[in-house]
Amino acid sequence: MSQPSSTPAADAADAAASAAPPADQQAQAGYRTVGDYRAEKPVMRARNVDVFYGENHAIQSVSLDIGLNEVIALIGPSGCGKSTFLRCLNRMNDTIESARVTGDITLYDEDIYAKQMDVVMLRARVGMVFQKPNPFPKSVYDNVAYGPRIHGLARDRAELDKIVQTSLERAGLWSEVKDRLEEPGTGLSGGQQQRLCIARTIAVSPEVILMDEPCSALDPIATARIEDLIDELKRQYAIVIVTHSMQQAARVSQRTAYFHLGKLIEVGDTDEIFTNPRHKLTEDYITGRFG
Amino acid sequence: MTDGRAMSTRDRVGARLGRRHRNEVAFRLLGLAATLVGLVFLAVFFFTLVVNGVPAFQQTRILLDVELAADTIDPDGERDPETLRTASYQSLVRDALDERFPNVTSRGERRALYSLMSAGAGLELRDIVTSNPELIGQTLSLWLLADDDVDMAVKGNVRRDLPESARQLTDRQIEWIEALEADGRVDLKFNRFFFTSGDSRDPELAGIWSATVGSFFMLLVTLVISFPLGVATAMYLEEFAPRNRWTDMIEVNINNLAAVPSIVFGLLGLALFINLFGLPRSAPLVGGLVLSLMTLPVIIIASRAALTAVPPSIREAALGVGASKMQMVFHHVLPLAMPGMLTGTIIGMARALGESAPLLMIGMVAFIVDVPESPLDPSTALPVQVFLWADSPERAFVERTSAAILVLLAFLLLMNLAAILLRKRFERRY
Ligand SMILES: Nc1ncnc2c1ncn2[C@@H]1O[C@H](COP(=O)(O)OP(=O)(O)OP(=O)(O)O)[C@@H](O)[C@H]1O
Ligand SMILES: [Mg+2]
Repeated sequence: MSQPSSTPAADAADAAASAAPPADQQAQAGYRTVGDYRAEKPVMRARNVDVFYGENHAIQSVSLDIGLNEVIALIGPSGCGKSTFLRCLNRMNDTIESARVTGDITLYDEDIYAKQMDVVMLRARVGMVFQKPNPFPKSVYDNVAYGPRIHGLARDRAELDKIVQTSLERAGLWSEVKDRLEEPGTGLSGGQQQRLCIARTIAVSPEVILMDEPCSALDPIATARIEDLIDELKRQYAIVIVTHSMQQAARVSQRTAYFHLGKLIEVGDTDEIFTNPRHKLTEDYITGRFG
Repeated sequence: MTDGRAMSTRDRVGARLGRRHRNEVAFRLLGLAATLVGLVFLAVFFFTLVVNGVPAFQQTRILLDVELAADTIDPDGERDPETLRTASYQSLVRDALDERFPNVTSRGERRALYSLMSAGAGLELRDIVTSNPELIGQTLSLWLLADDDVDMAVKGNVRRDLPESARQLTDRQIEWIEALEADGRVDLKFNRFFFTSGDSRDPELAGIWSATVGSFFMLLVTLVISFPLGVATAMYLEEFAPRNRWTDMIEVNINNLAAVPSIVFGLLGLALFINLFGLPRSAPLVGGLVLSLMTLPVIIIASRAALTAVPPSIREAALGVGASKMQMVFHHVLPLAMPGMLTGTIIGMARALGESAPLLMIGMVAFIVDVPESPLDPSTALPVQVFLWADSPERAFVERTSAAILVLLAFLLLMNLAAILLRKRFERRY
């Protein structure tokens, strides 16, 4: 996809807006996000997003950009809505019956909740890696080849082989599995499984990768490998990562967003947030006073 | 202070530890006892079945020197197949008996003598002659089928020392049997009729083959109808249907349907398939349809359980790479749910195989001698055959009832084995 990162009209609109979100709209939620929620090269833009699970108001008026070639970390105490927000970005919340999403989310200025947006297309463009490694109970090869197959990305077997190999290479798994491509993916170690899931996601060549606590089930060595991988992937993709590890957020992300009870409290450059948080709640969380 | 608290925890736990362990042991023993009681019942059940049923797999035969007299079989000497087929072979058997017991002369006694042999003896002779006409004129030593009363006496199921009025055979007849036994002309041979023929009024000629074929056709119809319908329904309800009052109602009704007594399905089948649609009575097709009604809810419930058991992480993984809902279901959910669905189906089919009440309603209790050739021919089913034989007065049907049950159980075991093998196969494909 070679869409313009933003139209001139949108640029003008953004320039007109202040660094803070539209005050009148956030006023009803009763709070204001501290910091600049915009990205330099936005790929996805969420504006005034609210999510309800039945009566439960899980996300309140959140506006946030996802930028190209950068990693944005979503942090915050458990239950604050990080996963919920992440799942809005590829409409995985559609599968939850009670969930209702309002507000605007765009992918390169296309409204992803619009009628003409096909979720299949959206999820091919916005890939997701889950907290628990969830390889298909199929062979390593079939795991990676599944996405390209259903989307018809390879013309023949040779091309498919190539996609599988490059995806596994980029996920740093190729050398470990190249002799066991026909073995079940579920037979790999936890860390290998998670890298397999990442390979499965990038095999489709998405534009955005969403990761929900991708390292929470892994040991420090596997975690380090995946962090290296994220660093490598950001050269090409826009990456959103949910993490409970402050160190991890500091290591891999360029921007950080702090959520609290469904509200986006503060967002900004990672260095800024970790050294000089502006909001009291952010400071408390980062210094370990709660959460 | 901390020491004291640690001690007190230790003491308090220790004080109850003995009772906890005792409870555990008591519970284990209780479970073991329950299992043992169950096993004992099962063992008694199998033991009586085997003891009663296995003798039916053998049948008494008597060695007779039969002269295949040309003037009885084929007086014109033209070897016309029709003549050969309609000749009175039973009279050859009678002649052979006369030959063996020349001093039996009075009419009544001779009739008593002839009744030692089954009508099947003549039928067997006919089969021998029609397939080898060149044997006509020769004298053959043949093991011919004895009557069921003789069979019972030989197997010892009827005691010979009972007073004459209390048994089917007269003292004279017992004497003849003992004379033949002394000659070594009485023996137990494999009971071919039991496995190859249909029902008969004569126990020694009665078999389970037509009931087996009837059951097979019925299960075939049931499988063809209820498996695809059940799986499709389960898949729709579980994966695609919106959750609303209608689907809730359908769900409740399916669960209710599974609990409806099977005889009610028989009545429904009678009213619907036979009276309304005019399908033939006693046909495996109708039986299969009725059993499908009965099996469907079982398959639907088992299939839905199998679908819900598929971990949500697999669904999310599929949706996450952009699979459509149908691709998710067919590529990932269905293969994982298939073993469970198959198990449910086979359990349902096994239940259907053992079902007799609804079949009584649609006229499958008829006395069927011929082996059905299609699902539209009249037939019985194995459990109905068991029911019919259990109802028959002849002593020889008692062992046949048990033997038929053994065959039915063997089929059930086979089906369970198939279920296990299928599951293994599917599981290995992961
Ligand atoms: N499927 C659901 N149905 C109803 N409520 C839900 C559902 N998923 C999440 N919630 C609610 O939404 C709120 C936010 O949950 P979410 O999973 O987004 O939190 P989180 O920040 O990801 O937490 P964690 O760090 O523990 O993963 C919580 O109050 C949770 O109870
Ligand atoms: Mg979460």
